Formats: sequence, structure tokens, C-alpha cells
Amino acid sequence: MEWLVVVLNFIGQQILNVPAYLVGIITAIGLIALKRPAGAVIGGGLKAALGFLILGAGAGVVVGSLTPLGNLILLVTGAQGVIPTNEVITALASVEYGATSAYVLTLGFVVMLALARFTPLKYVFLTGHHMVFMALLLSVVLSVGFGPDLNWLVVLIGALLLGVIMVVMPAFAHPWTKKITGDDTIAIGHFGTLGYIAAGAAGQATGQKSHSTEKINFPQGLKFLRDSMVATAISMVLIYMVFAVWGLIALPQQEAFDVFGSADTGAYIMAAFAQALQFGVGVAIILYGVRTILGELVPAFQGIAEKVVPGAKPALDIPLVFPFAANAVLIGFLASFLGGLISLALLAVWLGPVFGLALILPGMVPHFFTGGGAGVYGNATGGRRGAAIGGFVNGVLITILPAILLLVLGELGFANSTFGDADFGWFGTLIGVSLLTGVPAIGVVLTVVIAVVLVVVASIFQIRVVNTGWTPGAKRDAWLASEAEKAEAEKAAEKAAAKDAAAPAVETKA
Amino acid sequence: MKIVAVCGMGIGTSVLLKMNAEKVLRTLGVDADVEAADIGVARGMARDAQIVLTSEEFASEIGDVPAQVIVIDNFFDLEEITTKLKAALPE
Repeated sequence: MEWLVVVLNFIGQQILNVPAYLVGIITAIGLIALKRPAGAVIGGGLKAALGFLILGAGAGVVVGSLTPLGNLILLVTGAQGVIPTNEVITALASVEYGATSAYVLTLGFVVMLALARFTPLKYVFLTGHHMVFMALLLSVVLSVGFGPDLNWLVVLIGALLLGVIMVVMPAFAHPWTKKITGDDTIAIGHFGTLGYIAAGAAGQATGQKSHSTEKINFPQGLKFLRDSMVATAISMVLIYMVFAVWGLIALPQQEAFDVFGSADTGAYIMAAFAQALQFGVGVAIILYGVRTILGELVPAFQGIAEKVVPGAKPALDIPLVFPFAANAVLIGFLASFLGGLISLALLAVWLGPVFGLALILPGMVPHFFTGGGAGVYGNATGGRRGAAIGGFVNGVLITILPAILLLVLGELGFANSTFGDADFGWFGTLIGVSLLTGVPAIGVVLTVVIAVVLVVVASIFQIRVVNTGWTPGAKRDAWLASEAEKAEAEKAAEKAAAKDAAAPAVETKA
Repeated sequence: MKIVAVCGMGIGTSVLLKMNAEKVLRTLGVDADVEAADIGVARGMARDAQIVLTSEEFASEIGDVPAQVIVIDNFFDLEEITTKLKAALPE
């Protein structure tokens, strides 16, 4: 029987432990379950595996560009500088935790389907990249907490937590989402949800007498920021330039030049510029990898979900709400970026020195997507003011939360990047904190309690709040209606006045 | 035939659009490769594609390309995708 052990060992170590092969196999199994032709199964599986390898290649490029920046920031400020980019940290972490996270992802998807089938939370989370990011985050945090020997426990608990978070977040956001889209057919499945709910609440609190953003005519000049390649490059060039110039001023010249190994000031500045663009190159490669994986994996997953939970609402990516309030996206993004900058200052002068939190530099892409989303949610309850304040609140959240999350990410916390969006921050930290005792049994109990509480609270919320049709910001709606009525009355009065003025003229003519 | 589905990052809504387009193409019995793309590479990918599917905002950004750009209002409305694709496909 020794040969069997050897074969199983080979399969376990050389195939099922290699993330790329594993993802390829999972995709192929999904496609087989959907009864796709053999060619599609082989092609899909192979493409998903290649996508994973592309991810690794992009990670190498990003690390190459982040390392000198990290050194530079450390030299001039004495603090660790971090750029939260989900794609980047995912690519970095997948080298070590890729296989574990692939198991968490697959099993977590099953848990989600079971919850959607048997609880009131009828949502199927289809935002594939966020599924992958969350699976990785949970794998990292749980591996750090449970230690390296309890891999099976990491997979079980990780899958449970992943399945739970994927059905509860769309439920919590749903009253606002319904208000934005105007119907009940789709939900938001995105791990920036805490930011959106906060924006909706902030909008309701502050914008009771504020008109919708969509009545403003905006210049179209900022639209290019939707292009992630452009946005990433611009923000990295800005960040790199700020610290490169700071380095020139604050450091002995030779020490600054040594960061990039340059000979003079011109070469030093251009080296910083080139590294900033390299970061954009790395992210583009990673995105290509993510896209290649998801293009195969999500259809396989969705096909299965449709069969298991017919009639469940698809929970989708945040840009889905952008068309409902295009101006609010822009306002939310700018306000979020501002919130990020102000929070960065707060980290630098207070939170960093006192609590040892890292400096979280604003990344343009997370601020655009989650800030834009927060703007739309804020606008739905609080108009212009709601969009601005909602975006700002989101910007503060996605700066402070990642700084706290870094404390529980273990050695990965030194990789100069972290997960960006709000839910990764609070959920990851909550799980990390419940593992702090170092005793696996206590960690298991606490995490399971968290999962159960979330499902129960979300179910109650779904039945009591979502299903009963509560509308956030109803007061403002009433105010808007009365304003519209007033405007209508004014118009009518004007018309009547015009008629009166015109009438005598007609008479004299006659 | 190559069809490109476009959104901001090329990993979220465009993947869903790609899936729905594939579903429609299967029922129509049309053999085509559908790929998801972000707006950054969309113009380049549209060079050797026949059809580009996207939302109204991105359609204006993609601008003038050799491929036929089709605006889809609701990425989840299979009927809309079917009618618009049918009209665009060569007989």
C-alpha cells in the first residue's frame, strides 16, 4: 500500500497545494457540473490556472516598485507607509496562502448557498473579486491566529465566515440599495458596505433639506479617473513625488540617492517617476490575472447558484449604482479622497505615534469606487450635502480601518500594502481580535459566535426592516415633494401672471 | 468572432455582462468569444473585435473604434441583450 501513500502525497503536495492548479481544477469541476463541452472545461480550467500565475507575476512587479517607496517613507517619516490596494495585497498573500484561500473560497460559496436556501437572506454574492479577496483575508488572519499547523480549521472557520459575510452585507445595505435602484431585483454585494451604510446614515442626518446631486451640471473633465490604469498611475506618481522631494529636503543627499541607486538629482527624480509607473504596470498585470480567473470561475459559480437557490437576488459590484447618480459618484470620490488625506494627517500626528498605526496613503482606485458608491448612497438620503458628507465619512473609514487591520495581519503587515475597503477592515479586525488569546478552542467559539450573531441580526433586519419596506430618508422625500409642489405652484402663478399681463394687450389690439 | 464587454475595472460588472452575453449567444446558437475588459484597454481590444458591449457612459469614452459599440442599459436584462445583439450580428 506504500505506493498509494506516495501517490496521495504527490497529489496533495504537488497539485492540491499549488494555488494555480487548485483554482484551475475547481473551475473545471464547476464547468463539468454545468455540463459544458469538454473543450470549454479544459480551456476554462487552464485559463483560470494561468490567471493565477499571472497574478504572481504582477505581484513581483508591484513589490519591486513598493520596496523603494517603503524605504523612502520610513527614512523621511520614521513610520511605515502603506497603500491599501486589494489587488496588490491579494497577489502578495496568494503566494503563501493561495491554496488555503482556494479551499475557503469554494467551501465558503457552498456555505453561502446553504444560507441563502435556508435563511431569509436570499442573496447570492456574485462579485467574484471580492469573494477572492475576502477568502484570502480570512485565510491570512485565521492562519496567523490559529498557527500554521491547523490548516483544516482555518479552512472550516474561514468558509463559515466567508459564507456568512456574503449574505449578511447585501441584506444590511438593501433598504438604501432599493431606494437607489427603485426596485427590488438586485442587491449590492461589495465589501465597502459599511462605508455605504455610514454614508446613507450620514446623508439622512445632515442633508434633510438638500437637493439631489443630479441637478448639478458637472464638467466632464474628471471622467478619465474611471480608467483605473490612469487613476493608479496618477496617484502613485503623486505619492512618489511627494516623498522623493521630501527625501531630497530631509535626508543627506547621498542617503536619498541610495534608495534608487541614482547618481544625481535628475536621475533620482526620474527613478522615482519610473517606479511609480512600474506600480501601475504591476497592478495592470494583476488585474489581467484577476480578470482571467474570474472570467472562468464566476460563470461556473453562478451557474451552480442558479440551480441551487432559484429566485435569489444577485448581489453585485458597486459600479452598478453609479448610473443612478453620476454626479454623486464624482462628489463622493472627491470627498472621500479629502477624508483620506485628513485621516492621513491624523495618523501622522496623533494615531501613529500614540498607537503605532501605519500611515495609510490614499489610493485613487479604492477612493473612486467606494467613495463614489458612498456618494450615491449619501445622495439617496441627503442630496448634495449627503453625497459630500457620506463620501467624506467613507474616506475616513477606509483610511483608519486598514490601519487597524494591519495590526492583525501578522508578517504580511510589512508588505507595504493592505486590504482597502471598509468591510475587510472591520471584519478582519474583529476576527483577528477574537483569536488573540492564542488558544484555538476559544478562537473557534468566538468566531462561530460572531457568525451566528451576524446571521441572526441580519435575518431579523431582513424580516423587520427590509421586507416591511422601510425607506431611509422619508422625511427628506416629503420635503422634496413639498418643494416640487411649491415650484409647480410658482410656475402656475407665473403663467397666470403672464396671461394677465398679456390679456390687456390683446384687448387693446382688438 | 470576438466580443468585448467593458466596465471600469474589467473585473466586476463586465464579467457579469460577459456571462449574460454568453448565455444569449448560446441560445441564439452563435459561436463567439466574449472577453471582459476594463476601460483602459477597451480601445485597444476593440481594434480586433467585432462588437463592444458596455454602458452608456463608457460608450462615449471608448469613442470611435472599428468595432460596433452597443450600449446595454440593464446588464441583467437578457431580453435587451438578445434584441440588441441580434440586430448587430451578421446574418
